[in-house]
Amino acid sequence: MATVSGSDVRDRPPDTGETPAMVIEVRIPTILRTYTDGARSVQGSGATLRELLDDLETRHPGMLDRIVDEAGLRRFVNVYLNDEDVRFLNGIDTELSDGDVVTVLPAVAGG
Amino acid sequence: MLTIRQDLVDAIVAHARADHPDEACGVIAGPFGSDRPERFIPMVNSARSPTFYEFDSGDLFRLYRDMDLADEVPVVIYHSHTATEAYPSRTDVSYASEPQAHYVLVSTRETGPDAGPYEFRSYSIVDGQITEEEINIV
Repeated sequence: MATVSGSDVRDRPPDTGETPAMVIEVRIPTILRTYTDGARSVQGSGATLRELLDDLETRHPGMLDRIVDEAGLRRFVNVYLNDEDVRFLNGIDTELSDGDVVTVLPAVAGG
Repeated sequence: MLTIRQDLVDAIVAHARADHPDEACGVIAGPFGSDRPERFIPMVNSARSPTFYEFDSGDLFRLYRDMDLADEVPVVIYHSHTATEAYPSRTDVSYASEPQAHYVLVSTRETGPDAGPYEFRSYSIVDGQITEEEINIV
C-alpha cells in the first residue's frame, strides 16, 4: 500500500496558491545597460513577458519605457524567447517558463 | 577615427554595388575592446528597399549570439544610400543603438552597380548626435 509519511507532508512549503518562483535570464543590449549598472544579463520572473518586464522595472526603473509603448513592444526593439522572436509567438503576452532565456536586441535599421 | 583594412572597404563597396538600387547593410565584427574591424558579415536587408534597411530579426539574433560567443562587438555597422549622400538620415540617427560602433555609410548614387567613384564615410552616433570621423585605411 502506498503511503505518504507525515514528515514528507510537513516538509513541503505551505500552499499559498502562488505559482513557484521562477527564474528567467534576461540578456540586456549595450544601449540598455545604463539601467543595469552595466550588467549584460539580469534575472527576473513572470508568467508572461509583460509580467517579466514589469518585474524588471521594479529593480531597473526606466528600462520598461525603452522596450514597450502604449501599443505593446516597440516596433524597433526585438525580444526573443530563447531563440524565437516573440512577435512570432504571442508578443508581450508570450508565456514564460522557469529557465527560459529572454534576449532584448534593438533592431539594426535605418533609412 | 576609424582604422580599417582596404579589403574590408572593398567588401563593403562591392556589397553596396551588388544590392543597388536597394540599400545594402552589414557589420564588421571585431574583438571586444579592440576597436578593430576584422570579420566581414554582410546582412540581408529584410526591407529590400532603396530607402530603408533592417536586419532580419532571426539573422540579428544569430549575429549577436555568434559575436557574444566569440567575444566580439559590432565595430562597424554599415549601410548604403543609393540616391543620396553618404550622411546619416534622421531615421539612421533615431535607430542608432550602438554608441561604440562606427556607422559607415556608402553612397552608390554616382555609378550605381558599376565601378567608379563612390562616397565612403564614417560617423559615431551617440544620443542623437552625429560626429563624422576620419578614416585611416591600412
